Amino acid sequence: MPKGAPPVLDVRSLSTVFHTRAGNVHAVNDVNFTLGAGELLGVVGESGSGKSVTMMSLIGLLPSPPAVVGPGEVIFGDRDLLKIDEKALREVRGGEIGFVFQDPMTSLNPVFTVGMQIAEPLRRHMGLSKKAAADRAVELLELVGIPDARRRLGDYPHQFSGGMRQRVMIAIALACDPKVLIADEPTTALDVTIQAQILELMQELREKLGMAVIWITHDLGVIAGIADRVMVMYGGQVVEHAPVHELFANPRHPYTQALLKTVPNVHGERAKRLTTIEGQPPILLAPPSACSFRDRCPHAWELCHRALPARFPLPGDHDAACFLCDPGLAPTSPEIQDA
Amino acid sequence: MLDAAAPAPATPAADGAPPLLDVRGLKMHFPIHSGLLRRQVGAVKAVDGVDFTIRPGETLGLVGESGCGKSTCGRAILRLYDITEGSIRIDGVEIGHLSQHALRKHRPTMQMVFQDPQASLNPRMNVSQIIREPLDEHTKLSSAEKDEKVLELMDAVGLNRAFARRFPHAFSGGQRQRIGIARALALNPKFIVCDEPIAALDVSIQAQVVNLLEDLQEQFGLTYLFISHDLSMVRHIATRVAVMYLGRIVELAPREALYAEPLHPYTQALLSAVPEPDPALARKVERVILKGDVPSPANPPKGCNFCTRCPKVMDICHEIDPMPRHLPGGRQVACHLYEDTKTTTDPTAAHKPGHSSAQQGVSP
Ligand SMILES: Nc1ncnc2c1ncn2[C@@H]1O[C@H](COP(=O)(O)OP(=O)(O)O)[C@@H](O)[C@H]1O
Ligand SMILES: Nc1ncnc2c1ncn2[C@@H]1O[C@H](COP(=O)(O)OP(=O)(O)O)[C@@H](O)[C@H]1O
Ligand SMILES: [Mg+2]
Ligand SMILES: [Mg+2]
Repeated sequence: MPKGAPPVLDVRSLSTVFHTRAGNVHAVNDVNFTLGAGELLGVVGESGSGKSVTMMSLIGLLPSPPAVVGPGEVIFGDRDLLKIDEKALREVRGGEIGFVFQDPMTSLNPVFTVGMQIAEPLRRHMGLSKKAAADRAVELLELVGIPDARRRLGDYPHQFSGGMRQRVMIAIALACDPKVLIADEPTTALDVTIQAQILELMQELREKLGMAVIWITHDLGVIAGIADRVMVMYGGQVVEHAPVHELFANPRHPYTQALLKTVPNVHGERAKRLTTIEGQPPILLAPPSACSFRDRCPHAWELCHRALPARFPLPGDHDAACFLCDPGLAPTSPEIQDA
Repeated sequence: MLDAAAPAPATPAADGAPPLLDVRGLKMHFPIHSGLLRRQVGAVKAVDGVDFTIRPGETLGLVGESGCGKSTCGRAILRLYDITEGSIRIDGVEIGHLSQHALRKHRPTMQMVFQDPQASLNPRMNVSQIIREPLDEHTKLSSAEKDEKVLELMDAVGLNRAFARRFPHAFSGGQRQRIGIARALALNPKFIVCDEPIAALDVSIQAQVVNLLEDLQEQFGLTYLFISHDLSMVRHIATRVAVMYLGRIVELAPREALYAEPLHPYTQALLSAVPEPDPALARKVERVILKGDVPSPANPPKGCNFCTRCPKVMDICHEIDPMPRHLPGGRQVACHLYEDTKTTTDPTAAHKPGHSSAQQGVSP
């Protein structure tokens, strides 16, 4: 992002709670991040860390009840998406903000042709005629690399392979020239060869269309290949954030450090034994009042059990929510030297 | 298709030990029926002539894209199907065409760990009952002996004994997979097919389960067929790796050789597509992006199964189905780019299988 340019999306102190019979689930806790124009922000973390709920909160996709989104602000252009009404939000969703989810079979409607499903947002958001919408649908399918596009408009989702369905989903998400594309594990269910096709397509489209992208994944390899900046989530919070090279070269949160060590690779050193993160992720029945990684952290000391670490700024547009990074605590921290 | 049916000679084990598992010309075709009379109109050739051996104590990784026949291969070896053709010898005994009744005696030797621990565990049985069931079926142990054995198995897989009366739904995915592993171990098997045992688990939990499988292998002298689409994890766990494409093994090699210098164009493409968790490296690798989709196993192409997508395709590939070539270092590759070193006299080919024989192969 060019220095000083305002971000396309600015998320401030966002929290989301689910009110369930078993109690309140604090799925997202005081999340802050920005997305620059044309930038690709990678979001990683193990399942249940709040990646999907955060992004669904932004664009009002969570049913309420049980979800209560807020407090917080989601500044998009000159509006706060948490304050505008459902009708205005629907205009933004699938219009200026497109999204793609992991399983295209659940997001595509099995009883409508693919052509109708691409044309629908074009007619609704851009007011195109039936003919114009069909022409644009062909263009979009060609853009995402579906051969014989015009003939395939009349096909139903089940007539496409998994990789092709995911391309259709991307075509729908791109239909109205979004400024922001939110992609939630869009390649997780696909084979690596198909994933490589989709990732390459995504890079091409970013260059061509200049949109900003939020890419959620648990695959650090995918992040390493495509992200500009990375945000690591744990227990519904952002625990570390940095430019991609900085994050992989110099991870500062013990969770990020452990996560990077647990993944084997195909080219580098082969570890004799895999590193594991023992223990379980936190159960989010109350808002966090101490570090949520403390029970699994090799560096935890007394303070971590009683206070919630802020995201301490580090050199190089980097921050980490860990007391090891608190400059004020350095002299008293027992672990700081070997961290 | 030419050549395909010719069974390859058995690869001699490097250390001379006879293989625990020896699979020759294995085919598993599923009939396709159609019309009012449900006549057979074709067959899904899920596994279409594969040969491999697994030595005692070794882990053979079986990789390839979804639908290429990995699970069918694993299930066929355990004779969960009546196979279409071929031979399966385990510990010297031919089981390929035994009746299900005759197989019962051999069942304890070979077990399976499944991908989805949720679906493979009976939700109405508690942990103790689940692990005990094979003991009830196949042993004459007393009740007290079985109780003791169950607790030992729980210790072995790192499940707290206090959880013996709990039901599967009360466990996390990683713990459920431990229950499935304990059950598979109950009858002291020699050979275990692990079918995507970590695919449904989170990254950090995957490492725990893989470490456990490695510990158990050492402790009990187990032999594994480790089926996975995760090439990085297979590099970690496998001794040798077989790469499958559309019902065939296209390449089989010792782990280090395969990852350092993949020979088959499909293996090359597959490995280049794996995202590398290193930003500097990830942006440098030359990816081979395969075009299009895998053909249907009901209607494989003429010639080489990979000819429709191969970046190095030659005329011959559309005509003749390549037999597996045997190369030095215990490698085997089914591709016209390579000459079988057992039949070639060129000394350079024997030393540098990758490049020199590739060049030979290209000139028509
Ligand atoms: N409808 C719901 N009701 C209650 N809890 C929910 C609901 N949806 C999600 N959660 C909880 O919110 C947390 C975050 O979930 P999610 O954002 O889906 O995680 P991720 O996408 O990182 O895997 C989890 O603990 C999950 O159980
Ligand atoms: N019981 C069956 N009946 C018919 N076709 C099957 C059956 N089981 C698997 N297949 C087909 O065989 C092929 C190989 O499947 P599978 O062995 O499950 O592949 P993989 O495990 O590599 O994903 C696929 O095309 C699949 O649809
Ligand atoms: Mg999610
Ligand atoms: Mg399978």
